[in-house]
Amino acid sequence: MEGEAGGVAATGHPRGPQAAVPLVRVRHLSKGYRRGSQRVPVLTDVNLTIGSGDFVALMGPSGSGKTTLLNLIAGIDKPDGGELEVAGQDITRLGETELAAWRARTVGFVFQFYNLMPVLTALENVELPLLLTGLSHSQRRGRAALMLELVGLADRLDHTPNQLSGGQQQRVAIARALVTDPLLIIADEPTGDLDRASAAEILRLMDWLNVELGKTIAMVTHDPRAAEAAHHLIYLDKGQLTDTSPFDG
Amino acid sequence: MFFLKLALLNAFRARLRSALTLLGLVIALVAFGLLRTVVDAWNAGVEMASATRVVTRSAISLTFSLPLYYRDRIRAIEGVKRVAASNWFGGVWRDEKSFFAQFAVDAENFFPIYPEFVFKPAEFHDFVRDRQGCVVGRQLADLYGFKVGDTLPIRGTIYPGNWEFHIRAIYDGRDSSAITRQMYFHYDYLNEVLKLTSPARANRVGVFVMELADADRVADVSHQIDSQFRNSLAETLTESERAFQLGFLSMFATIVKVVSGVSYIVIAIILAVTTNTMAMTARERLREYATLKALGFGPGFVARLILAESTLLCAIGAAVALLLTRPVAAAFHRATTAMFARFEVSAPTLQMEVLWALAVGLIAALAPMARASRVRIVDGLRHVG
Repeated sequence: MEGEAGGVAATGHPRGPQAAVPLVRVRHLSKGYRRGSQRVPVLTDVNLTIGSGDFVALMGPSGSGKTTLLNLIAGIDKPDGGELEVAGQDITRLGETELAAWRARTVGFVFQFYNLMPVLTALENVELPLLLTGLSHSQRRGRAALMLELVGLADRLDHTPNQLSGGQQQRVAIARALVTDPLLIIADEPTGDLDRASAAEILRLMDWLNVELGKTIAMVTHDPRAAEAAHHLIYLDKGQLTDTSPFDG
Repeated sequence: MFFLKLALLNAFRARLRSALTLLGLVIALVAFGLLRTVVDAWNAGVEMASATRVVTRSAISLTFSLPLYYRDRIRAIEGVKRVAASNWFGGVWRDEKSFFAQFAVDAENFFPIYPEFVFKPAEFHDFVRDRQGCVVGRQLADLYGFKVGDTLPIRGTIYPGNWEFHIRAIYDGRDSSAITRQMYFHYDYLNEVLKLTSPARANRVGVFVMELADADRVADVSHQIDSQFRNSLAETLTESERAFQLGFLSMFATIVKVVSGVSYIVIAIILAVTTNTMAMTARERLREYATLKALGFGPGFVARLILAESTLLCAIGAAVALLLTRPVAAAFHRATTAMFARFEVSAPTLQMEVLWALAVGLIAALAPMARASRVRIVDGLRHVG
């Protein structure tokens, strides 16, 4: 991750190697919402680069705009202005259908509340994103089983989410995020709904994804322990990047 | 396959809600089938009508009678093969609830016009020979346990007094479409009694039934008959048997329309119930739909998933209703046997049940489909179901 010129710098606590190739490039990004006749700014002139293979944690107080920034990078929300390139693609110019196809190819999602389909087994949940590929049924099944094995759930393939603990459900969600081999993994408070032990397990798994599989990870978190797992920290306050943590006081 | 499995699993996720919706669907579709069958049963007489039969009645109203001598004048018209007098008797056997139709007819002319009524020759012969004799249809005999040789006491209402008839024959229907729920007796017996008790009402006939030589001449012969009696004291109206039956039914048209209307109201109610179920379902699952969209599935996939879920639910309801409609109709007929001679659920009625079920499935899904496919991913992900 690189700090940006122009008064908007994002510095943190680098733990890993500096990424050479930029995967995410954000320039003068802005986003706001309408409340009645008023526009409420959420992000203002944000500039940011996330390198390929980086593991970045976005931190900041509630309402600082970190989840909005993550949503924009993930292509599930549209900015009001600015540029946003991911893997060389300006995603602000994509239509809904193209954007959906782009997300299926490029982004893996890990949500705070796992967002698994409750009626499907762990294996079927992981298989789900592969329905958008041209893989055969057996290829999809094989790949989904492999992903579940990677996250340590080889013995839980036929369990539905309500038969799994929170930590196990989040591991299924990580397997689902990985199964299409995306360039970027977006994690929104991945440990927010877990106890300490399960959270530590998930963070170890994410670190492994980053270090061993080379996955680029952008994670929003409130949890300082989760943030320590990241290689770089980015602080947001009132919709702008800051060079110091607003929690430092 | 995966898609269908997901839709099916989703359809029965809230088991109690789905089961209640399904129950409502089945009840509504079976009720629809029963009500349509009631309408069909009401119109069954029209379906029995022959193309070569015409009926002559008073031009004023069916309740006005015609002179008996018209019979000979009608018989003389070219194209008329046979003519028979038929009089509605309207008596009560046992009680008003045990209703069946009784007609006074000149048997030797009447029954050859109705070849769908099949007699044993010996029984028919006994009937012709007995002035107080009567014949009853097989359905009527089975319903009330009438046997040949029984005496049938009937209290007259239009023709007051206590009347006694001897059952001399039981006739069968030529095929399953024939209604054999009537009793016929000799017009001469009625007329002779009236000559003694109420001479002013004697030699009068309710309708004349004719068989024509050529079905293509119905309009022409009808016109000739009515011309014969134009400007007389009792002008006539002659029409095909089918038109006559429809005219007769028109007296009950409002009831039939109400029954028919109620059958569609039942469908409208279940449409509202199913729409509510699907709306609740879709609202609860907004976050799941948003997740699917985030994973790369388009709004069309989400819409199809809701449509498949709704249609599957309704298709299952239709399948159960199809299995139940005929047995329920049979039970209904047993309970109301005096009312309908024929009460059979037709294939078109069953087809309409299926079509309406699928239409309900489709319409109920429209609003949830629109909402789920339009919802922004970020809003859906924030949604707490």
